[in-house]
Amino acid sequence: MSLCEAEKTFILHGVEENFRIDGREREDYRPMEVEIGIISHAFGSARLRLANTDVLVAVKIEVDTPYPEKPSQGKLDFFVDCSANATPDFEGRGGEDLATGISNSLSDAYRSSKAFDLKKLCIMKGQKCWKLLVDILLLECGGNLYDAVSLAVKAALWNTRVPGVKSVGIDGKNVELNVSERLNDCVPLDVSGAPVMVTVCKIGEYCVVDPSAAEEKCSSAALVVAVSQGNITTVLQGSAGSLHPTTLMDSLGLGVEVANQLNIALMETLQSAPPHFDVGFLK
Amino acid sequence: MSRKELLSKIGLRADGRRAQELRRIRCKLGVFTEPDGSAYIEQGLTKVLAAVYGPHQVRGGRSKAQYDAAIVNCQFSMAVFSTGERKRRPRGDRKSTEMSIHLKQALMATIKTELYPWSQIDVYVEVLHADGGVYAACVNASTLALIDAGIPLKEYVCACTASLANNDIPMVDISYQEEVLGGPTLTVAALPMSEKIVLMEMTQRFHLDHLPKVLKEALRGCKDIKVILDEAVRNHLVNVGSSSGWVKNK
Repeated sequence: MSLCEAEKTFILHGVEENFRIDGREREDYRPMEVEIGIISHAFGSARLRLANTDVLVAVKIEVDTPYPEKPSQGKLDFFVDCSANATPDFEGRGGEDLATGISNSLSDAYRSSKAFDLKKLCIMKGQKCWKLLVDILLLECGGNLYDAVSLAVKAALWNTRVPGVKSVGIDGKNVELNVSERLNDCVPLDVSGAPVMVTVCKIGEYCVVDPSAAEEKCSSAALVVAVSQGNITTVLQGSAGSLHPTTLMDSLGLGVEVANQLNIALMETLQSAPPHFDVGFLK
Repeated sequence: MSRKELLSKIGLRADGRRAQELRRIRCKLGVFTEPDGSAYIEQGLTKVLAAVYGPHQVRGGRSKAQYDAAIVNCQFSMAVFSTGERKRRPRGDRKSTEMSIHLKQALMATIKTELYPWSQIDVYVEVLHADGGVYAACVNASTLALIDAGIPLKEYVCACTASLANNDIPMVDISYQEEVLGGPTLTVAALPMSEKIVLMEMTQRFHLDHLPKVLKEALRGCKDIKVILDEAVRNHLVNVGSSSGWVKNK
């Protein structure tokens, strides 16, 4: 998307007046839709649509050996795929830079044991653990990717059920797992601490949250804050541009406040979600 | 029913269909706002999203541009979670490249490329769940997306798979389970109204004598799919039209 000077000025003036181009105030989000369990062959999945941004997340689980330096922890891997459906720029390997950026920031945000406890994914110390593979597919980019991805990942993890292990047997060096075959015999994950990311964009003199694609073009600097239960787990200064320390602290404060509200809203939505209907993309 | 049997004695398949029955097809046009045209199709459990960009100026140097026709660019991609075993890469492997080429071949047969010289049409397909007949679902989704983008087509291009059960009876629309059970699979992309075949591909083997009846069954499948797609397109137009008030009835 390319904007001319007049369009940029229009957006800038809108932000100054606290009346953005789509009628929102500076701290408002666009409407969001979340749907869980739409991929039948994954252990957990979610699709989140934030206005024009569309993200699909699927969680697969494998049995793996823990890292030697962390024998009592499971593994959590993020993989982002930018589909060319979103924009022709992503064709071939075009989206890889963005994909690596997002997956790295997610791993950073989930690294703290307070944010996500990997110890619960351990089956047998030093021998076997569960490996959660979180695959994120970007289907449409309408701005504010980080927020949408983090919310979708949280929803997908909330929906994930880890298979129940009945017993573990050791025969020499072989470890045999006896996984329960009953579908109901699964353990949900604890995602209360899973971080929520908020992008704070500086447009002109003011900071806004949830920038649309056009607003991202006008921003002079952007800050991504990952917040877990009121604590900041990651701060990432994306895009070119610089921030004054005072502005930086203000944006962090704004980010944390908004993230807390978002987190509450997401958890409420997930808990009150109606029983699953097979809708997906057919709506 | 033994494991190896594709069709039981009473004529039912592993998923309960009869030999000539398609899986349930559900589709939707205009799923996304960013692309010029987009569509979503479900054939049984196989789920595919397609997006069309263009016709637009040729990207990446004008040397590729043609003076008398548009170039069609296809990319086939499978989500890493689309298969039972997680895939390592979504695209770029040999199978995906082959799929892209085959998809382009099928679409070139129907797009009126001569109307858009010096331009390019991009078709991107993303497989969300692969459960047999992936190529067929991709062709059908692309057709719908092209229609949604308003690109002139000669006619619908539909694809369908067929197989041979018990060395005698042709079956249509093969699921992944049936592919794995080991029947031969014939994939046909066709222009169902003029009954022309644009692409035919076969895996494994059966006797040449069986080919006509299997092919006939696949073509019949294409025609059945065309009827379903046509209905979806008409419904979509009525929905779009009713919001702008140019459809009187409804």
